Amino acid sequence: MPVLAALTASIVLAGCAPADDGPLVFAASSLADVLPAFAPGARYSFDGSAGLVDQLNSGAPADVFASADRRTMDRAVALGLIDGDPVGFASNRLVIAVADGNPAGITGFDESLNSGRLVMCAPEVPCGALADELATDAGLTLSPVSEETKVTDVLGKVESGEADAGLVYATDAAGSVAVDTLEIPGAADAPNTYWVAVVRGAGQPDAARVYVDSLTGQWQDDLAAAGFGPP
Amino acid sequence: MTGAATFPRWAWVPFGLTLVLLAVPLTALVVRAPWGRMGELLLSDRARDALALSLGTCAATTVIVLVLGVPTALVLARSSGRWAAVARTLVTVPMVLPPVVAGLALLTALGRRGLVGSTLSALGIEIGFTTAAVVVAQTFVALPFLVVSLEGALRSAGTSYERAAARLGASPSHVFRRVTVPLALPAVASGTALAFARALGEFGATLTFAGSLQGVTRTVPLEIYLLRESDTELALALAVVLLGVAAGIVFLAVRVGRRRA
Repeated sequence: MPVLAALTASIVLAGCAPADDGPLVFAASSLADVLPAFAPGARYSFDGSAGLVDQLNSGAPADVFASADRRTMDRAVALGLIDGDPVGFASNRLVIAVADGNPAGITGFDESLNSGRLVMCAPEVPCGALADELATDAGLTLSPVSEETKVTDVLGKVESGEADAGLVYATDAAGSVAVDTLEIPGAADAPNTYWVAVVRGAGQPDAARVYVDSLTGQWQDDLAAAGFGPP
Repeated sequence: MTGAATFPRWAWVPFGLTLVLLAVPLTALVVRAPWGRMGELLLSDRARDALALSLGTCAATTVIVLVLGVPTALVLARSSGRWAAVARTLVTVPMVLPPVVAGLALLTALGRRGLVGSTLSALGIEIGFTTAAVVVAQTFVALPFLVVSLEGALRSAGTSYERAAARLGASPSHVFRRVTVPLALPAVASGTALAFARALGEFGATLTFAGSLQGVTRTVPLEIYLLRESDTELALALAVVLLGVAAGIVFLAVRVGRRRA
């Protein structure tokens, strides 16, 4: 009987206080290749920024939230999900990822994108909002064959050869050996910015704060090395 | 005079819990739905495109399911032995497979660099990202529902009427049309309804294999997934429509299915 009680107690305790596991970080999927290398002790859930806000709003137990644009972070703040003020920690720019060898002959950010199978993010997620903005600036009407809910799904469809071209972040394209990259003129002047904040009601607020400080401090060089721009 | 209950009284407790577990989330959905703006929301471009696409693809899927599924169920019901067992397993597997795995399977088969898809692509036929891809995905997951339920009904109905008709000189195709199908009609109807409902709810395989584009591949479940955060009201309105249609279909399927008993 005492054994059972002890077992029950340890299960209950383990369920309530996973203190040794490090903070639980909800981060934009374009950060999936870099963040785990910086802080292997932390636990991660990578998804489209908009989807993560939805999960947080439904009570998902995260300690840190990192979004891929200001708009999505603002929405999290407006929903009362954030503790303190968000800080910018990096930026990125959109590029065109084309299937290996560019079989569809995409020439750049122009009409040639519409002649092949183009995949991009839906306007509801940061990478899609940014793509729309760049297209408007260039006077270009894009006609994608699919609008995905996260940038890694766009890259995946180009890597697998299902799509001829995709609009993804520079760091995503650089991290993939299966795609070639074409630059978008003016994209560097219209970057998306990454924002991070401690989640309100975080189970591990101290660990969360340390994580946020590291992201804006000691990990800046590593972010730059991975191709991210300054905040 | 109703007979004494043939189950222990404690069974009412899990029964009640089951009802609560299932009814509470569905009720919450209905309660939270924006009833005041329902008409306006459902008449919006996005809602109309998604509803029309879902209805059209599910209708096409249902036709394919019937044409392929009814004869398949008959062959399985009248066969035994190892190959029949293998075929039966094959037909059942898509029912229990996670839909995203079904999508991945379709992609590796019919995608541009897929086993079959690379040949099709060379012939100029590309299925990915088209409405046809949605129908393929829906058929893949819905077909088993008709085959499995109809096979069970055909098997338990036996073959005495079919043999009698054959002895009177009817050809196998004639027996199929005039005896087997009419007798199994309730089972065909309920199986078809279940397959339609499954096709209507298809999400994972469609997203993986067909992509997501308004009016082309973005069916109601995909639109709900995309809108659930940016336009919760429209997502809830569409969700309630889906719930209503699914409930209606299952209700009909159960009633029709009962009639043959």
